[in-house]
Amino acid sequence: MQRIIYRELRSTPKVWGLMALCGAFVAAAGFSVLYVEEYGHIVTGMNNQIVWGLPHVFAIFLIVAASGALNVSSIGSVFGKMAYKPVARLANVLAVALLVGGLAVLVLDLGRPDRLIMAMYTYNFTSIFAWNILLYTGFIGVVAVYLYTLMARGVSPRTQKMVSLVAFLWRLALTTGTGSIFGWLVARTAYDSAIMAPLFIAMSFSFGMAMFMLVMILTTSVSNRVYSPELRTRQARLLGVFVAAVLYFVLVHHLSNIYLAKKTAYESWILLNGGIYTLLFWVGQVLIGGIIPLVLLFHPKIDVKKGYVLLAALLVVIGGLAQLYVIVVGGQAFPLDIFPGFEVSSSFSDGVVASYRPTLLELSLGLGGVALALMLAGLAMKFLRIVPENLTDDNVDPVLLTD
Amino acid sequence: MIRRFISVLVMAALLVTPSYAEELLPDIPKATGEPHPEGNEYWRINHPTLLRHDRDLTVIDGIRDVNASLAQCVACHAVKGPDSAPVTYESPEYFCRVCHDFAAVQINCFECHKSVPDGAELTGLLPLSRQDEMATLQAYIDGAGQ
Amino acid sequence: MTMPASEKGAEISRRDFLKSGAALASVTLAPGVTLMAFGGNASADGLKPGARWGLLIDAAKCPSDCSACVSACSAEQGWENNGLDTDPQWIRKVTLRDKKTGRENSLPVMCQHCDEPPCVDVCPTGASFKREDGIVLVNRHTCIGCRYCMMACPFKARSFVHEPVTNQKTISPRGMGTVEGCNLCVHKIDRGDGTTACVEACTATGHNAMMFGDLNDPESEIAKAVSTYASQELRADLGLNLGVRYQNI
Repeated sequence: MQRIIYRELRSTPKVWGLMALCGAFVAAAGFSVLYVEEYGHIVTGMNNQIVWGLPHVFAIFLIVAASGALNVSSIGSVFGKMAYKPVARLANVLAVALLVGGLAVLVLDLGRPDRLIMAMYTYNFTSIFAWNILLYTGFIGVVAVYLYTLMARGVSPRTQKMVSLVAFLWRLALTTGTGSIFGWLVARTAYDSAIMAPLFIAMSFSFGMAMFMLVMILTTSVSNRVYSPELRTRQARLLGVFVAAVLYFVLVHHLSNIYLAKKTAYESWILLNGGIYTLLFWVGQVLIGGIIPLVLLFHPKIDVKKGYVLLAALLVVIGGLAQLYVIVVGGQAFPLDIFPGFEVSSSFSDGVVASYRPTLLELSLGLGGVALALMLAGLAMKFLRIVPENLTDDNVDPVLLTD
Repeated sequence: MIRRFISVLVMAALLVTPSYAEELLPDIPKATGEPHPEGNEYWRINHPTLLRHDRDLTVIDGIRDVNASLAQCVACHAVKGPDSAPVTYESPEYFCRVCHDFAAVQINCFECHKSVPDGAELTGLLPLSRQDEMATLQAYIDGAGQ
Repeated sequence: MTMPASEKGAEISRRDFLKSGAALASVTLAPGVTLMAFGGNASADGLKPGARWGLLIDAAKCPSDCSACVSACSAEQGWENNGLDTDPQWIRKVTLRDKKTGRENSLPVMCQHCDEPPCVDVCPTGASFKREDGIVLVNRHTCIGCRYCMMACPFKARSFVHEPVTNQKTISPRGMGTVEGCNLCVHKIDRGDGTTACVEACTATGHNAMMFGDLNDPESEIAKAVSTYASQELRADLGLNLGVRYQNI
């Protein structure tokens, strides 16, 4: 077993091409932000009924995936799985990059992003949103320290274990906070539930692992490095478990809602009559994001079927975006039940399902966030020694040598 | 030789420049009404802090006539345009813009606040107990015009 | 560079000076006594101590074809709803039909000025806040436009300003990128009008479906009404202790 060698990425034309592609998306997002700043949110599809739209779907996906990407290195440091240790550095950097990408989208969609500095020192501590802002910025600091313990010489294993534990607990708090942004809203039938926090934790495991594997596959193929099939297989199986966990929490959430008489109307709408939301739930979230990846990831020959792993990870990401669309937009589209037992109508869309047509501006902002995250990760890979060069099966786990 | 010549030229230019300074500073339009008792210098330096502090008093504590409301500032400092109507924030001759454009410090008060007086600064915001005073004054002024 | 017209302000005749509208803002009544000028005899108005402003709305007196309250609020506060999903609506008329009995009803819905407002809890900067006298409003100086309060409100009371605003009312500053909603005509309350634009309009039509007053003042009409006749809160199950109460829904 060799020592793992980390080396910066070489600037090949492929790498440049990918960075340029990401740069183009980031530029498009920049244009979109300037346009919305000039003309107001009226140029987007968001309105007074659907206040959070496609940008928020992407932002929340990135933030949830960021927390899950850190999990990859936590598995190595906190849970002691040797095979995951070589990829810990990359996982840490990816976690920060994804978070920054998500935050960028969130902040740039504000009605008054010019007031961001003021928002950093004017806090309302009863707001879970305010707590989240602190958790997000703290996360970046904690992960930076964690990365230092991974990369610096002379750091004792005890210190590293302690820091990694703090990071792991921090990310659990962060994701619980993100889920509670929705779970603590009593107003809306779709959200008002304690299960949102554990659901988001499960989602973070799943999306984070999927994003990490996609980035790992892309990086190793672009830089002609090895992605240990053994590690890849273990991660694939673990991703399968995470996907199952997400399906479990979704099942419990909806079953509980169906049982509660006051939530039955919402459930029958989202599961049967919700149009695009029903489609995205069953086909996007459950089928594409759940069942098909499960079938692929638990295939007996997954260790040789590289393509299945790539496809499964991609489908999990797509399914995740669909899931967040159903949660964020679907939850707002269903009318508020202000007068239980009455049919309601007004000039302010009371009693009717709200309509939302996302515009290209919103899509470009969301994709720009993803591109920004990938760009930042790419830059880090170029200038820091975080990607292992010799991640072969032999070097991943000494136990395997005995096979 | 050339170096010395150029340095003398530069020094001469620097010495002469201050005399242009008066034309470089903005021409601040005079306000109507009584001058601030604290003096213009005080207000020039402290108006950002005072505005920010007083707006909190008004919005959060409901105290409406701290010194003057923003609407009353707007009324005294209104600048008449070519049609004798006060110019809005759109015009570079607007009172606040004269200095703020010069200093390149953007203000966004008037994205929300109305930038011209419309009489409401008197009757719209004063407590009712003092509105009788306004009525008396208005009557006096209408009479004075005859 | 041309001189701005008001450069000559200090030199015009006293008569012209007094006639110009702006001069009213500060006039010397006597040497050393300036009306309404800076510092001077300004007393802190502040809030009525111990007050809790609220509304009582009798849905039985509210006809389905009347929206005087909506028009009055719109005219007073300077917002317009032309039917677009992005247009603001601080107060709206809601038509109800009982699913079981078929009985129809109509009533206005606006910010309910909760005692435990979810919008205040969730605002990250504290821009959405509750004044000491119970009025829940948005401090637009601090609002960053995140719209989380709009997600949190059980009554959909808030609107987001989706486009640049021009020609605002002086008493109601509003601008793009911030969130707004019914503020119980806080400017009218602070100057002692003792009513809101919607209640004023409803009274003027003769329907008298809306009443405004201090819920904490046992002598006020509204306190006497709610302690005598049955009234209810919307979404009472949420336990938010609303400042707006309804009768005969």
